[in-house]
Amino acid sequence: MMDWLFFSEIALAGLGSGALLALAGVAFVLIYKATKVVNLAIGETLMLGAYLFFTFSGSMGLPIWMAVVLVLICGGLFGALVERVVIRPMLGSSALSVFMVTIGIGSILVGVVELFWGLEPDRLVSFISEKPVFIGEAYVSPKTAVAFVVAALTIGLLLVVFRYWRGSLGLRATATDPGAAYSCGISVPKVYSFSWILACMIAAGSGILVGAIGGISSSMGVFGLTVLCVVIIGGLDSILGVLLASIIVGLVESYSIAFLGGEFKQIATFSLMLVVLLVRPHGLLGTAEIDRL
Amino acid sequence: MNNPTLNNTSALAPGQALGQANTGMLQPRTWLILSVVALAIFPFVSSNYWLYWSCVIAINIISATGLNILAGYTGLASMGQAAFMGVGAYTVALLEIHLGTPFLLNLLLGGLMAALIGLVVGIPSLRVKGLYLAIATIAASMILEFIFANWDSVTNGVRGLNVPPAEVFGFQLDQPSKLYWVIMPLALLFVLGAHNLFRTRVGRAFIAIRDRDISAEVLGIPLLRYKLTSFALSSFYAGVAGGLWVYFFRVVTPESFPILMSIFFLAAIIVGGMGTIAGSIIGAAFMTLVPELLRTVFTMLSPWMPDAMSIIPAVRNMVFGSLIVIFLLFEPQGLVEVFPRLRRAIRFRANKK
Repeated sequence: MMDWLFFSEIALAGLGSGALLALAGVAFVLIYKATKVVNLAIGETLMLGAYLFFTFSGSMGLPIWMAVVLVLICGGLFGALVERVVIRPMLGSSALSVFMVTIGIGSILVGVVELFWGLEPDRLVSFISEKPVFIGEAYVSPKTAVAFVVAALTIGLLLVVFRYWRGSLGLRATATDPGAAYSCGISVPKVYSFSWILACMIAAGSGILVGAIGGISSSMGVFGLTVLCVVIIGGLDSILGVLLASIIVGLVESYSIAFLGGEFKQIATFSLMLVVLLVRPHGLLGTAEIDRL
Repeated sequence: MNNPTLNNTSALAPGQALGQANTGMLQPRTWLILSVVALAIFPFVSSNYWLYWSCVIAINIISATGLNILAGYTGLASMGQAAFMGVGAYTVALLEIHLGTPFLLNLLLGGLMAALIGLVVGIPSLRVKGLYLAIATIAASMILEFIFANWDSVTNGVRGLNVPPAEVFGFQLDQPSKLYWVIMPLALLFVLGAHNLFRTRVGRAFIAIRDRDISAEVLGIPLLRYKLTSFALSSFYAGVAGGLWVYFFRVVTPESFPILMSIFFLAAIIVGGMGTIAGSIIGAAFMTLVPELLRTVFTMLSPWMPDAMSIIPAVRNMVFGSLIVIFLLFEPQGLVEVFPRLRRAIRFRANKK
């Protein structure tokens, strides 16, 4: 029986990290669907959010809720800035150029973080109670549990909003055909702006959770590469696929840590992604037409 | 989206690419002879400091030229250039340590090994296009880095491998001033090779694929074969550059070739000029010297800013990123296009007076 407990604890840990991956993955898909940009700077946006939270809640001593709100606002501003200054002028150039521009943005962000916060890793102010959580008999780290709940609630809220809010029609229309959407009176530039703002807010917010669990460092943007894996496995343009893939990747990660050792974590994920790229390049639930990129 | 080129350079006229930047009236052949003479004189007039940097630049030029064949001429991006250099470096190091074969043979085998691994990684382009290949190379370079770090019995893990200096007829090439005579001619050879490649059927096929892959296929160019050829060729360049790198620095560890270095090479060809040979040369030289320039500036600043030296890595990241963004936004043709543009502007002013 002990083994089952062990198995389920690992599975729960996997679900926890899967939820964080899902949150960042949703941000990724949001940007991809609306603007067809593969945003490699998502991990660095996450890092920016975590470091801003570090400053607001630690150095400036603001209450946690205020720090979170400020981080979300800053994330949104960052998204608006990047979209307006960098992404929109690049409209119409090849997908590859835009991809590389986001790599450049990521590199700038790493530099900014190293410049203002230094090269040493740090810990966030602990704002989650240390009391262990038990589901049945299985132990879950309280941070993971909180992260899971927050991520699940956020994603649920987003899904409901996308389903019922009238404005999301514009989002979906733009995703399907920007030209047609424009001629129907939908302000496509506004949709572009909105999707970047929202996605960067989500990314910055999930940065707080990721930082709270794993600590913060100028290399935590690597998390973005795992998110990229999730998105490729799930399908670049499918939120449902990303949810599915993030659970799979979360489980694969935690089982490979438990049975193979920590250094195998990324290798398992990346191998999985390579297999998916070979067998089903548009991802589990992605639309096949994106093959023609 | 419907235009897979990174910049809208139409197919290059033969002989136009090399030294097109600022030759002006000179013929390419004259230009070539002049630069060979200059490069041959250079070691006798320069300090060891500049000799060191010219070797590093030459190595980077080889790798950047390789990446330009893939990204600039074929329109496929790779984020794995550094990892393929790592494959070349480890192959050369292992051959040198265990077999002691002649170093030129080692370099060739290092290049071939990198090309082979490149082919394996390139197979995803059987199924997927452009961006997906870039993503697959990210995965590949993570996996390669993992292998370098964890295949202890071969790569000696994180401690890395120490390599004895290259030897020619019992003559040890252990100084930059000696290695210069190996690295620089090889760099010249590889650059000329790339230049001439685009006068051949294969090179023209690459350009056709970049400009419009569907019409290239209609014209009878087997897309898959040529894409893989381009990818293998680019990895071969990287492998040889990695081999030279290991002879130059004489040690290789898993941290020697991080993914950041792949971004460095992407930045180099973007800044220099995608799809031009001169672009890879100028870009690689420029990007190699930027950190050195930063160091000079910050050393001068250090009397006023006590911690100036410690923020260099951060500033370097910001400068690399900014260069990528600024050049893609404002000068997608790269530095090679800046000089002619300046000249036109000056001539225009002069004519108006």
